[in-house]
Amino acid sequence: MKIKVFVTLKPGVLDPQGRAIHHALGSLGFDGVQDVRQGKLIELDVADSTDDAAIDAMCRKLLANTVIENYRVEKASPGKVGTGFPSGDAPNQESAA
Amino acid sequence: MKTAVIVFPGSNCDRDLAVALEAVTGTRPAMIWHADTTLPDGLGMIAVPGGFSYGDYLRSGAIAARSPIMRAVVEAAGKGMRVLGVCNGFQVLTEAGLLPGALMRNAGLNFVCRDVALTVENAQSAFTSGYDAGETVSFPVAHHDGNYVADDDTLDRVEGEGRVAFRYAEPVNGSARAIAGLLNNRGNVLGMMPHPERRIEAAHGGDDGRRLFEGLLELVGA
Repeated sequence: MKIKVFVTLKPGVLDPQGRAIHHALGSLGFDGVQDVRQGKLIELDVADSTDDAAIDAMCRKLLANTVIENYRVEKASPGKVGTGFPSGDAPNQESAA
Repeated sequence: MKTAVIVFPGSNCDRDLAVALEAVTGTRPAMIWHADTTLPDGLGMIAVPGGFSYGDYLRSGAIAARSPIMRAVVEAAGKGMRVLGVCNGFQVLTEAGLLPGALMRNAGLNFVCRDVALTVENAQSAFTSGYDAGETVSFPVAHHDGNYVADDDTLDRVEGEGRVAFRYAEPVNGSARAIAGLLNNRGNVLGMMPHPERRIEAAHGGDDGRRLFEGLLELVGA
């Protein structure tokens, strides 16, 4: 089962790289760009038996840092097209200490 | 005092930390490889070094924070072990959940490599007892991802609890509240972007960093 995980910065978190891209687009003459945010796309190929909870755990434990990032999951296999998960917003992990 | 330095693939300040620790404690630290699962007995402190662990893949410190030895470090920290994370080590400690917040790309996008002035905010902690509160010291920084980010509630809480150990006294990387070094809620874990281990003798251009290790040693009394 092919899965795409989109990791994006939470709204309000300053994105210096997005800002630099925005600036470069302006330098190329693209004037109508309101804002740019840079994120990551992570593609996974997992066993078909992998359940949503396991995929969600992968996102929370490693793929996204929920202090600063949201994530969204898309499943690509026919017949298994899901709507994805809501954005992650886990509480601060400090209590793990 | 027996100490340990954790070594990840891509660490590059591990030997600098080892030299600093040996110079102050008189005992050569144990160098612990990331794939190990246990720490030596009788440690007084664990240091997590700077560098580019796992090539900064995914996020700075993200993979290192999930390496086998970090489970042992987190467990030891939970029991009160002193843990110092410098630069990439600070990033690893936030990714491991030992410190709140995260370290993002510098606001100016540049890799910043120079000496910076820091204000000692908390001189009561195990790591900062060798300094005076409000004192200005100079440490080198060398990082791309040192821009400390946390939500306002977290920032207010760590400020209220006196957990900001060092603050930048000049613009460096866009860090929230100019935080350069942060303690955990029990005060036994310190993460900082500047490098005290690179400032321990006159040949380094000063020894402001040495007092961090000396203060620790004096407190432990071993």
